[in-house]
Amino acid sequence: MSFIKEYIRTVYRAVSSLLKGMKLTGYYFTHHKEIITQNYPENRDTLNLPERFRGEVVLTHNEDNEHRCTGCTACELACPNGTIKIITQFDVNEEGKKKKALNTFIYHLELCTMCNLCIVACPTDAIKMAQNFEHSVYDRSKLTKTLNAPGSKLMEGVE
Amino acid sequence: MLSIESITGSIQDFLFANLPGFFAVLVQFALVGIFVISLFAVLGLVLVFMERKVSAYMQIRVGPNRVGFKGTAQTLADTLKLVLKEGLTPIGADKFLFNLAPFVVMIGAMLLMAPIPFARNVQIWDVNIGVLYISAISSIAVIGILMAGWASNNKYSLLGAMRSGAQIVSYELSAGLSIIAIVILSGSLQLSEIIASQENGWWIFKGHVPALIAFVIFIIAVTAETNRAPFDMAEAESELTAGFHTEYSGMRFALFFLAEYVNIFIACAIGATLFLGGWLPFHIGSWTAFNHIMDYIPSSIWFMGKTFFLIFIIMWFRWTFPRLRIDQLLNLEWKYLLPISLINVLIMTIIAILGWHF
Repeated sequence: MSFIKEYIRTVYRAVSSLLKGMKLTGYYFTHHKEIITQNYPENRDTLNLPERFRGEVVLTHNEDNEHRCTGCTACELACPNGTIKIITQFDVNEEGKKKKALNTFIYHLELCTMCNLCIVACPTDAIKMAQNFEHSVYDRSKLTKTLNAPGSKLMEGVE
Repeated sequence: MLSIESITGSIQDFLFANLPGFFAVLVQFALVGIFVISLFAVLGLVLVFMERKVSAYMQIRVGPNRVGFKGTAQTLADTLKLVLKEGLTPIGADKFLFNLAPFVVMIGAMLLMAPIPFARNVQIWDVNIGVLYISAISSIAVIGILMAGWASNNKYSLLGAMRSGAQIVSYELSAGLSIIAIVILSGSLQLSEIIASQENGWWIFKGHVPALIAFVIFIIAVTAETNRAPFDMAEAESELTAGFHTEYSGMRFALFFLAEYVNIFIACAIGATLFLGGWLPFHIGSWTAFNHIMDYIPSSIWFMGKTFFLIFIIMWFRWTFPRLRIDQLLNLEWKYLLPISLINVLIMTIIAILGWHF
């Protein structure tokens, strides 16, 4: 008789697990406050994106127009599809020593897959992912961006 | 009181008073045809919209909400798009069968409309073997599906059609057996008499636990017979792109799509008629005041309410349950549903013979 017992137990387990699933979807069906999608163009001003949303790479500048990029090209090496190109220059400091520094941070948005590897690779936390996702333009060349602001320089104390 | 019964009655009186009998019947045929086709169109639009909204809310989304008032015109716009699209026939396809298949599926669904009682005394054809007619005609759909799969000359289509054949043939057994349980109780194959036998209580309440089991098995089996998820082996988007209608486009695809939803409606209407009392209002024993209030709701609303309740349950299944593999699908039928429904029919027969039901 044990196989009949097992048979009935299988049926019971299956039915109860299916009912558990139906309870959850029934809860979502009746509780509309749980809805996570948003009416995008209407709520453009109050858009509430998740913290980890990845829209584009930006180089952060502080109010004195200083960034934290040392031009080490770790992000360029980390990038799997050649999105980032860093042009460096050699600055001569007071002691007469040559030091590598950032000249231009070129970012090809049209190639970027928002994989976040460059942000992980950056040793000085110079770049981060911004939440802007409205990237459409009429000319592809506009998607190639220079991230460092004109006249910006390296923040004091960042090595 | 204005009811569908009085409207159809007055139309019949008007026709027979003004036309010779033969022409009056012809005009009635035409009217019924128009009624069925327009019911098809309306059902397609309403059910597709309902499905999209139900699925959206169950997946914590909003669903269609742009076209028309709160998205209600979305399905109309989709249909318009499908009508305007090119109906392509592949070069390698068997052209005649390829073009015939959607109509076979559609006509199968259309024929099933005939014995359904929509309201009190409103029935296109009160055939005395209504239940047999339904289970016979509902098997025609599989011919259309196999035809579509074979004629498409596409491996995915053929695989989907073969799976669908295996599935429908096996699930018809338990659907039939659960219908037989009710036929045993009511002692008639005529749908109007089955409803009349539920005057003092629906079979799902009067038939004790076996009726409940029969009802559950019926719902599972019709979900499988209409090829809906979790039993959508015929369509199997993830494996077979779209199964038997991979090669179909434009209006012929729309016909398959429409037939699927109309089949759901019909299956649920039959379920409501057999188990939930069709157009009969809900009565509780001797609560005369309550029963009187229930009587004031028109019978067509009772029928539609019950049918849409069952449709909602089937949609709930679709958007909750994981899909079955083809072997699991056949296991479920042959190892679980069929033995259970056979035993169920036996118990039901004993109950009916000994008169234990209310």
